[in-house]
Amino acid sequence: MTHEVQPNGYKPFVIDVEEAKLEKTHEEVVEAARKSFKSGKTKPLKFRLEQLKGLEKFLTECENELVKALDQDLGKHRQEVLMTEIDLLKHELRQTAMELSKWLKPEAPPKSWVNFLDGVLVYSDPYGVVLVIGAWNYPLLLLLGPFIGAIAGGNCVILKPSELAPASAKTIATYLPRYLDRDSYQVVCGGVQETTHLLKIQFDYIFFTGSTSVGKIVHQAASKFLTPVTLELGGKSPVFVDDTVDIVTTARRILWGKCLNAGQTCIAPDYLLCSKNVEERFIEAAKTILDEFYGEGVKVSPYWSKIVSERHYKRLMGMVSDGEVAIGGFGDPMERTITPTILINVKPDDLVMREEIFGPILPIINVNSALEAINFITEGDKPLALYVFTKRKDVKDLFLNGTSSGNVTINDTIMHIMTENLPFGGVGASGMGNYHGKYGFDTFTHKKGVLVRGLGALTEKPQFIRYPPYSDFKTTLSSIVTAKRRSIPGWWFKWILVFGLGVAFAYGVQWVRNG
Amino acid sequence: MVNPSEMVQTLRNSFNSGKTKPVEYRLKQLKALLRLYEENTNEMLQALATDLHKSKQEAVTMETQYLINDLKNTISNLKNWVKPERPPKEFVNLLDSLYVYNDPYGVVLVMGAWNYPIQLTLLPVAGAIAAGNCVVIKPSEIAVASAKFIAEKIPKYLDSDCYQVFEGGIPETTQLLREKFDYIFYTGSTSVGQIVHAAANKNLTPVTLELGGKSPVYLDKTANLKVATKRIIWGKCVNAGQTCVAPDYLICTKDVRDKFVECAGQVLRDFYGDDPKQSPDLGRIVSDRQFQRLVGLLQNHKPAVGGRFDAAERYMEPTILTDVKRDDKVMQEEVFGPILPIVTVNDAYEAVKFINSREKPLVSYIFSNNKKDVQLLIDNTSSGGVLVNDTIMHMATDMPFGGVGLSGMGSYHAKYTFDTFSHKKSCLYKDLGFIGETLGSARYPPYSEGKLKLLNLLLKKWPGFNWKVCLVHTFIFTIGFVTALGYKHVMENKDELFKQ
Repeated sequence: MTHEVQPNGYKPFVIDVEEAKLEKTHEEVVEAARKSFKSGKTKPLKFRLEQLKGLEKFLTECENELVKALDQDLGKHRQEVLMTEIDLLKHELRQTAMELSKWLKPEAPPKSWVNFLDGVLVYSDPYGVVLVIGAWNYPLLLLLGPFIGAIAGGNCVILKPSELAPASAKTIATYLPRYLDRDSYQVVCGGVQETTHLLKIQFDYIFFTGSTSVGKIVHQAASKFLTPVTLELGGKSPVFVDDTVDIVTTARRILWGKCLNAGQTCIAPDYLLCSKNVEERFIEAAKTILDEFYGEGVKVSPYWSKIVSERHYKRLMGMVSDGEVAIGGFGDPMERTITPTILINVKPDDLVMREEIFGPILPIINVNSALEAINFITEGDKPLALYVFTKRKDVKDLFLNGTSSGNVTINDTIMHIMTENLPFGGVGASGMGNYHGKYGFDTFTHKKGVLVRGLGALTEKPQFIRYPPYSDFKTTLSSIVTAKRRSIPGWWFKWILVFGLGVAFAYGVQWVRNG
Repeated sequence: MVNPSEMVQTLRNSFNSGKTKPVEYRLKQLKALLRLYEENTNEMLQALATDLHKSKQEAVTMETQYLINDLKNTISNLKNWVKPERPPKEFVNLLDSLYVYNDPYGVVLVMGAWNYPIQLTLLPVAGAIAAGNCVVIKPSEIAVASAKFIAEKIPKYLDSDCYQVFEGGIPETTQLLREKFDYIFYTGSTSVGQIVHAAANKNLTPVTLELGGKSPVYLDKTANLKVATKRIIWGKCVNAGQTCVAPDYLICTKDVRDKFVECAGQVLRDFYGDDPKQSPDLGRIVSDRQFQRLVGLLQNHKPAVGGRFDAAERYMEPTILTDVKRDDKVMQEEVFGPILPIVTVNDAYEAVKFINSREKPLVSYIFSNNKKDVQLLIDNTSSGGVLVNDTIMHMATDMPFGGVGLSGMGSYHAKYTFDTFSHKKSCLYKDLGFIGETLGSARYPPYSEGKLKLLNLLLKKWPGFNWKVCLVHTFIFTIGFVTALGYKHVMENKDELFKQ
């Protein structure tokens, strides 16, 4: 039995929902969004805050539907859905809503003396109609996370959820429009063909999360209109462990990062670099920890996710034969689950070391020093994340200075995305641009510098030095005036000026009384 | 001709050796670059005069002095800029450290333009050096003398292991763009910008494109006409209109147009005399091709002011066109020359509509004392930047300078140049201690509702809550408290304490 959900959504009680059909063509959808943007609807702060509230309401009221969809797509446990998707989104929504009025104020950068009489402000303009393409591994987080920044920036948004997580895509397409302004925000579903067609249309910004190969296709499409893009891609994120750390806590944090979503996380620790000694202790600790996490058997654990598709399952099982299995190595093709697997005696040119794993397999490569690890890492493409477990400051510094990656976390994995104040993004093949928190707002806004001058005599008088006919005198004077000096000192300068005025006034009054 | 692959490989080896990372090395190179400017000013002026008939004043104020100022600013601030940023911590990070580092990208390519051939090439180069990159410098081949100057002087002042000049035309540049760069900075036309962007696709190289467009000037009757006209004409005629932020076309009412034209005629006579060709202060068009293009724009128009030109000298008189229709050639492409077409509208609203019907420009100019109309234009149009009541001058501030839409992507100037050429690498330091691990253990399986609740509590956002400020206040409060107690104690027992 189905109940129709009312336009202002609340406890929806719907089952057997029909396919979310797109009634309009892609061009019409984008045109409607463009019209909405041109009307100026999305600009006022009040509107943006309302929409952000609507998005939060969607996440709260449709929580059960979303949890169900993610269970269908990835066998994700409710806690993982909430912890790594819904609750993270809500925290970001709340922070954005709290700070947005501050972010919207034009910034006043330091002025130089030559602009003393001028107004100097940097506005944050929305780009216009932006396209956000999500990924299948965190179908909510990676679509709606950027969406928050886009709304906050005052843009109209076309959302394109990944077709590889079909239940989540359908749920979003069905319910989300009921909570937000339909003209300004639309969901478009579809596969490769539909996305290719969508990319032929002009957008003012494109935000893509996914693989490097598809990232290149998106970037190429953006060339035609010189559309700026943010690409959140992937790579092989290495973990280095030395012998100064407590191996149990270290192993627990690494395995947690690896096992989240069965390793299908762009910033999952991809492979481990350590000495043989650390490897042995790591594997010992891992056995206990995996038991702690999943108990009897990972196959029956409700906390263990599935591999998203048969193609990926086969790809991963192909890697299990590399090196030697120290732990795990079992797969169930019916359930599409693979047990957490650790491989040792792996060679750098094995399949498992040639491409991003994106699954619950952790190969270990032996190195004898931090320097060896750094040399190994820098031979490959720049990764999205780098993880270093050590207590030594010199080792931390070696990695920080000797490698380049999107982000770094020392002594943990994954956690840098829990902090909205850190920019999250890749470099080189792992991506370009970043977001989270204010960085999301900044990503989706164009920083427009505005200089306001006066036409009055006071401003105009000194301008004679720039007009023809030119002369050496004018040239020299010009150089002197524009020479770089310290900016007008900070806020306290104003108070000193006022204080000085007060003193002068007192003397003035005294003089008048005496005179 | 130099082999681009070899050049890039040399630079890459140098970068990988870590040579450009220490800030002392970067400062040494930047100071050498400053000496290059200061010791070769006359040669720079000579090259610019050869390429563009650029007058000394324009060459100094818009190229040499401009470069020196920006470089001095970079040198005096670099030690601060390279320091990692410390973002505010939230409750969940109380025991952690947060940093955002400025990592150089690696080997970057800077492609200059021909209109400000030294400034537009070397200003971004200075920023790239400051950020710790190795740089391939590609000056525009169209400004021949300036390119030669750069190619000759750079190796004499900068470390050739890390900074090299690549000369060449279209075929050589096409070959160069096949190499892998970690960042590409391009200044020039939109059409070539698209080629550069496409070339960057292969390695997903991030780019900054400083392009162009038709920068409109809106002028209304509330503005002081004489002053506005002077500033508009000045902005238009600098470098004979060959400036990416030159006011491209004027948009105003018919009334204002007529008054402007009259005023402009006088202003031009004041600037350049009766025959601008004789004035040493007016530039020339850079090439025959560009010159012919501009002559083509004048066809079928009867200039209201100016209109004379001389192909032998590539001279074109500052010209104002009033018989302009919206789909004339002069309104279809960026003018980039000393021709000012005027388009008429009835009010600010119509001006907004007109501007929005075209591609987003690099800059919008607004001359008006009507605050409402000024705000209307600022809020309802999109452009790289906006300048109210003047032209060009926003380039002299430290604000981010760049385009939007077809006028470009990315921005630079002052610290923004350093930021452009740095990858912001965030770093989270956690410790492996007992407290942190216990608090964080709620994230591990087996999952439970209780664990979820605890996690949400830890991640909760507190409005306007700054932990550092809170701790400082608590500390000062405690000091106050202890001081009061101490004072009370001293007062009560002062006889005993101060017994002689």
